[in-house]
Amino acid sequence: MKINIIRISVFIFLIFFIIIMFVGLTKNNNYNTKNLVGNEISEFQLISLNNNETFFENNDLINSQFTLINFFASWCSPCRLEHKYLIKLKEENKKIKIVGINFKDKKDNALSFLKELGNPYEFIAKDSDGSVSVLFGVYGIPESILINNEQKIIKKFIGPINQSHYKELVQIIN
Amino acid sequence: MIYFLLYSPMLIADNKSNLLEITKNLRCLVCQGQSIADSNSDFALTIKLVVEDQLKSGKNKNEIYKFLISKYGEWIVYKPSFSKDNFFLWLLPYGIFLFGGMIIFVILKKKKHS
Repeated sequence: MKINIIRISVFIFLIFFIIIMFVGLTKNNNYNTKNLVGNEISEFQLISLNNNETFFENNDLINSQFTLINFFASWCSPCRLEHKYLIKLKEENKKIKIVGINFKDKKDNALSFLKELGNPYEFIAKDSDGSVSVLFGVYGIPESILINNEQKIIKKFIGPINQSHYKELVQIIN
Repeated sequence: MIYFLLYSPMLIADNKSNLLEITKNLRCLVCQGQSIADSNSDFALTIKLVVEDQLKSGKNKNEIYKFLISKYGEWIVYKPSFSKDNFFLWLLPYGIFLFGGMIIFVILKKKKHS
């Protein structure tokens, strides 16, 4: 009887172990921060790329129904790919404001990048050492964060914005 | 002046050991199985800088972990805090230990009788 209990227990344990292994191995383990959607963003103060006297803060988010915070750099090639969608977003949608944060870049390079591809940004901030990116939970660029005027994260786009992301964005803001 | 000369190297050394301790418990999100302390990726360097700044501003270990968890989620720390989502993982080793002990106890008892 006791031996049977042990056998049944070992069997149940093995089944449980196999299930855990199966779930663990079939689950997508590529972590991203998309589960932070819905969180309120913390206090920030962005300093303009052009001078040290102009700022963009939490209060400036109230002026627009949606704000897309886009991390970019001139040395980042996927940023070039997404740029046309940011330009299109600015031209075709009035409900959204795009704020660019220039990540670990040289000012001159960033300005020539924008001169070449166009400037979709209402405000361009600098993040010379990357510390601003941590405030927004960014771990690679390009990354874009859609925030509403209640300062809540609506959506995170990790990697370059593409056609389907663009459609998704337009759907959310309209 | 004397106070500064005496204590500032100690404070710097203290902050450095704290920095290492904290970054060893932080996962590099863009690396394969490396901690922030072990990695030289752009992301790891940024996190090291932020942790160092926060230590200099007087924040303690728990405040820094809390800040980073709020930005990157629980995944950033190697040792997540006990919560309703992970209680099972925390309790499972104890459960297995008790289960094993129970089996050994039953076997030994059986052997003794026979």
